[in-house]
Order: sequence, then structure tokens, then C-alpha cells
Amino acid sequence: MNIRTSLASASKPANPFQPDHGLLHVRRQLANGVCIFLTTLFAVAAATFLLYLVLYIARQGLRFLNVAFFTQAPKAAGELGGGVGPAIEGSLIMVGLAALIGIPLGMATGIYLAEYGRGFLASTVRFLVDTLTGIPTIIFGLFIWVLIVVPAHSFSGFAGGAALSIIMIPTVARATEEVLRLVPKELREASIALGATESRTILRVVVPAARAGIITGIMLAVARVAGETAPLLMTAFGTPFFSTNIFRPMDALPLRIFNSTLSPYDIDIQHAYAGSFVLILLVIVTSLSVRWATGGFKPRGR
Amino acid sequence: MSQATNSQIHMPDAAATSAAVITAQHLNAWYGQTQALYDISLAVPPNNVTALIGPSGCGKSTFVRCLNRMHEEVDGARVSGIVAVEGANVYNRGIRPMYVRRHIGMVFQQPNVLPTRSIFDNVAIGARLNGLAHGKKLEALVEQSLQRAAIWDEVKDRLKMPAFLLSGGQQQRLCIARALAIQPKILLMDEPCSALDPIATLQIEQLIDELKRAYTIVIVTHNMQQAGRISDRTAFFLLGRLIEEDETIRIFSQPAKKETEDYITGRFG
Repeated sequence: MNIRTSLASASKPANPFQPDHGLLHVRRQLANGVCIFLTTLFAVAAATFLLYLVLYIARQGLRFLNVAFFTQAPKAAGELGGGVGPAIEGSLIMVGLAALIGIPLGMATGIYLAEYGRGFLASTVRFLVDTLTGIPTIIFGLFIWVLIVVPAHSFSGFAGGAALSIIMIPTVARATEEVLRLVPKELREASIALGATESRTILRVVVPAARAGIITGIMLAVARVAGETAPLLMTAFGTPFFSTNIFRPMDALPLRIFNSTLSPYDIDIQHAYAGSFVLILLVIVTSLSVRWATGGFKPRGR
Repeated sequence: MSQATNSQIHMPDAAATSAAVITAQHLNAWYGQTQALYDISLAVPPNNVTALIGPSGCGKSTFVRCLNRMHEEVDGARVSGIVAVEGANVYNRGIRPMYVRRHIGMVFQQPNVLPTRSIFDNVAIGARLNGLAHGKKLEALVEQSLQRAAIWDEVKDRLKMPAFLLSGGQQQRLCIARALAIQPKILLMDEPCSALDPIATLQIEQLIDELKRAYTIVIVTHNMQQAGRISDRTAFFLLGRLIEEDETIRIFSQPAKKETEDYITGRFG
């Protein structure tokens, strides 16, 4: 009898994975479902807006895209044809100039903050860098206007590049600091235990290990300044002519787009769409090619 | 155990000290306000494996890190006392830590290869940093180091590949090759096998047995069987103090101190 009951109970073991009962079960299932639904909905909504924007710009702008649009100077307001050649040239020059100044300064600041910075000076620098990130970019334009444009009595590409470089510095600095902090301390130890100095360890071991992250940060900063308009209004000013003289006014894609949209002629508005599409293209192409050239696509260890 | 031997533990006698490659005397170490080592005196004889055993947090890792001045790399860390390496106190004023580290190879618990650098670069980095060799000489040095670390046959055809493609055991032997490439006489190993499987551990242990002909090795291990297998002498640490140090066979068969016996018989730790 005893054996039977024990066998019977053995053949029907109690379920160890007791589900929630009644209302609790319903509530949890519901909460779970709502969460999944909302996050998915918002993700799709965000992606949709982005896609819609790009497609709309592409639809409006693509029919004006031809070789001439990339190579020619703009024609007078309201005239068909012409291109954004000077704007592309100016954007490349000024963003390049900004990168030339902003990347070394930003990276050095980031390396200082992550590796050497201790105490009062470091926390002050960090605070200032964070504040700079939050300042509206037109303020930097105004700053450079006072500092360079007014004394030189001239708008210039150089002033534009300088304004953009100040915008880049905090972004690059913080990105560099963040990724350097993620480098495992074992790697530093490996180098130090071999008798390397601190600076050599940082430059030859730590920074290379954080390379991909630093490049991502730099490309974000470059993309950001490539689209800046306000600071350039007060510094580079814009011009419809080709000019490689960085001490003369210079055109830039965002400036060209801005000026075109102010025009009363429909054709200029259409040109602005085409210019916008070129700007998006330019940012994507630079970002991808820099990544490819610096090996940012390669798999990383750890 | 005689009383005489006991008294020698904390004050190495003159003969042992002069023959020793590393001699620590009255070594204390701190992390901020916390004292991690109390008055350690220990002599390490040449061409010999000395194992440091003891429970977690007993100071054995801190002790090896004091020997090549890695301890002070931790913020707020401090040392007092003497560590004589080949007769010179590494804590003497005027001796810069980087030069000490160039004479003493170190292998860590986690195989810390530089993941994206090639296998060749990983071994060459020390020699390059120190300006030891370049060109053909560097190539020869890398090959020799990889051979000594018993990994040459496995990697000779793929020296250009990034190091993270190697298995954990191979990475650790690569780290040993890297340490050997700075041409040290002393090799410090801080639990080099604790992240490895038994087969990789066996390979490293065989390697240590080979290496001790040419190098003086100090190895930290939490594995007492390992200490028994590979070491000539064993030092037992507890709560920041050196309890006793003797020939390995003695420590494991007839330890002088009760704490040692309790630990090796598994009563605590």
C-alpha cells in the first residue's frame, strides 16, 4: 500500500515551475506585452521619421543631381542649373581645417582627462568641456567673429574652420576619455611591467587599444560640424564663387542650403533639397571611408 | 623543526642572502591606510622555483608586485623596506622603477596579450620599448623567446596574425615569451594558470620546469598541488605575514608552524 502510494506520487511529480496565479499572472503578462509593444512602436516611429526625411530629400533633390551640380558654381537666384561646387569645396576645406585643429586638441584633452588628470585641474577641465558641449554653436560663431573676423576686417574660411574646431574639441575629448577608461588595466600593466614609461604605454598600448572607439567619436564630431550653419554665418559668411583662399569668405554646404531656402524662387528651394542630399551623402561617405581606411571595421579582441 | 631554522625564517642568514638573487628585508606594503604586508624577509635562491601560497588576500600577489616595483602603480600604494635584486636595492633613491621592470619579467593572472597586435609584435614590444634589438636581431630574439616559451611550433607560420586569435593557454605562453624577450634573469608569475584549463596548465608547468635552468622564478599560486609539483621552495603567507618558508617537500610533509599545517591540510583557506 505504502509502495503503491509512493509510486503513484512518483509518477505524478509536483510541477516545480509553478506559474503565477490569477490576476498576478494576467498583470505580468499584460505589463510585459505593453512594454514590448511600446518600445517596438517608438523604435519603428523613430526609424520611420528618419527614413521619411532621407527619402523625401532624396526624391526632391535627386533630379537635380548631375555632374554639373557637383562641379559648377551656383547661378544667379531663380536661374535653372548651376551647382554647389564652391560649397562642397568650402565644406571640405573648413571641416578639414577644423579636424586638423580639433582632433589633436580634443584627443590630447581626452588623454589628459583619462590618464593623467587628477585633482582640481582635471575636474575643472572636465567641467569646462562638459559645459562647452552644451553651449549653442552660434555662440562659438560669435566668439570667433569677435576674435578673428572683426580684427581681420574680413569673413574667412579660416575663421569658419576655427569656429568648427572649437565645436569639435569637447565632443572628441569626452569620447576619447570615455573609451580610454574602458581599456582593461591588464593591458597597461602588461606594458608597464615590460619597463615602458607611462607616456609610451599610453601612446603605444592604451590609445591603439581604444582606436575604434576614438575613431567613432571623431567621426561623430566631424559629421556634426559638417552640418553646422549658424557659426559659419558669422565667420565664413558664404560666397557663390570658388575660392581656396582660407583668408577670404568661403562657401559651405549648410550655408548654401540656408541661403537657397531664403530665396523667393521655387527653383532655388529645389536646389536646396539637392544640396541637402549632397551633404548627407558627403557625411556618410567620409564616415565610411575613414572607418575603412583606419581598420575600424576589423574585429576587435575582447 | 628545530628552533634554529625558525629563527632563520624571518632573518635570512648571511650565506643564503649573498647567494640569493632576490632578498627582501623587513618589507612592508600598504594600499592607502590598509597595510597589506608586515615585515616580510625572504631570500630567493638562483635558478630555482619559489612558490608563494596562502589564502586569498594574504599578500602573496602584493609581495611579488613589490619585487619589480609594480605595487606602486596602484593609487595610494606605498612600500617600506628593502628588496635587493642581484645585490642592489630596487627601492634605492635614484633607481627608476622602469629600469627595475626591464630586468624582471612578469606574467599575470589573465593572459594580457595586446589583442589587436600581431603575435610577433606582442613578443617584440618589450625589446622595442627598451631598444634591445631591431631588424634581424629582433627577429632572432622573437624566435628564441617563442621557442623558450614552447609556443614557436604553434605560431611560427602565423606571426602576423593578431594575438587574440590564440587560445587562452597559447596567449599565456605568448605572455611568457614576451616576458623572456626582455632578457631577464628573474621571472615573476602571478597565478599564471588560474585562468587556464588543466592541459594548458600542464604545458605551463612543464615550461616552468624547463625555464628554471636559466631563470629564477617566483610564482604565486592558490593551488597547493601546483606548488608541490613545480617548486623547489615554498613560502606560506597568511594575513600579510610570511608564516614560514622552506624546501617545498618540508613545507608539505613536516611544516614548522601550526598555521601552515592547518592550511595545507585544508582546515581553512
